[in-house]
Amino acid sequence: MSTTLRLDGREIPFTPGQTIMDAALAVGVYIPHLCHNPDYAPHGSCRVCMVGVNGRLVSACTTAALDGMTVESNTETIAATRRSIVQLLFVEGNHVCPACERSGSCQLQAVAYYVGMLSPHFPQCFPQRPVDASHPDFMIDFNRCILCELCVRASRDHDHKRVFAVSGRGLASHLVIDSPSGLLGDSQFAASDRAAQVCPTGAILPKHRGYEQPIGQRLYDQAPISVVGDLRAQPGGD
Amino acid sequence: MLSRGVIDVSAKPRIATASLCGCFGCHTSLLDIDERILQLVDLVEFDCSPLTDIKTVGDCDLGLIEGGVANTENLEVLRAFRRHCRTLVAVGACAVNGGIPAMRNAFALRECLEESYVRGVGVYHPGIPRDPEIPLLLDRVHPIHEVVKVDYFLPGCPPSAETLWTFLTAWLSGEPIAFSYHQIHYD
Repeated sequence: MSTTLRLDGREIPFTPGQTIMDAALAVGVYIPHLCHNPDYAPHGSCRVCMVGVNGRLVSACTTAALDGMTVESNTETIAATRRSIVQLLFVEGNHVCPACERSGSCQLQAVAYYVGMLSPHFPQCFPQRPVDASHPDFMIDFNRCILCELCVRASRDHDHKRVFAVSGRGLASHLVIDSPSGLLGDSQFAASDRAAQVCPTGAILPKHRGYEQPIGQRLYDQAPISVVGDLRAQPGGD
Repeated sequence: MLSRGVIDVSAKPRIATASLCGCFGCHTSLLDIDERILQLVDLVEFDCSPLTDIKTVGDCDLGLIEGGVANTENLEVLRAFRRHCRTLVAVGACAVNGGIPAMRNAFALRECLEESYVRGVGVYHPGIPRDPEIPLLLDRVHPIHEVVKVDYFLPGCPPSAETLWTFLTAWLSGEPIAFSYHQIHYD
């Protein structure tokens, strides 16, 4: 017996055990997301993939698909909610797109375009966070970290190193690195790690190259993320 | 002569522009509309603007603000624009979120000043300038919507000439403002 859910009026098949996000991705329907990556266990932390189910907002990446479920995604109300969530992500960090090497190929930026963000709306927090340039091949700019824990999950579940974790609570939550000094250069992190490849923002960046792709030729310059897909899904993506 | 706040509908719409803590890149981008500037001056009257060199803002229909708020003069100009402009638009990354100048917010103001005027490379007569003619710096750089009500935002560093033209033509015609995918970017 086949199981289906109804997403924005469209009947979508799914296999029991899949989430709403899995079902949507499988048929090529884009639900904006940042902390979701199909290679890793769902995290549900960025809240960008909010959809309406039974009059409630739930995250599509952590909610199991159920037979006969009705899901709303492409509505004005949900778009406004997602926009506010992305605006909050922007004001909580220091996301200076003109000064970021990831700009144009950044998933956070591309999602912000998709949700129609013209301004951050909320007062900027302007947090004071360091940059860790201690590693020979990679740098971490904590100003751009949105705590999606993709590097945490990739390092733990794929690289089997547990280089990263999130420490603290609430506004004090921050990414920490497992090394005696707390610096990336003193950790087990290597450029070949999957954790080096999964960051949806410009927080984890390779060194020794910068602004390689001219404006106009970057991943999201020509078409939106709903068409192009995630940065890490790109063949040859860094 | 009309009293303040009364708009003469027979007159051309008046536009004022200002650059606060910006680099004039957004004004340069406006000039990138090229020969369409001739159409624009047929349709609108420019008030206070670096383009006209008029120094004080009068009653206007539209105010375009480039740059964030970094010093006391920026505050004064921004508040004058808000008082005189029916519609106020944040143009470019610095006005929208503080932009590059706001990267100094990660440091104490004294640190920034000492880095530039005391410890900086090539500084021969160290000392933080304190001439009363020079506007005082604020401790932080702010996006303009943290200081006054802003009616519309045009992100970009700078927003392209096409983005500005699309906005201006839609605003002039009273049509809803809609941009193509390529016209909205943050860098």
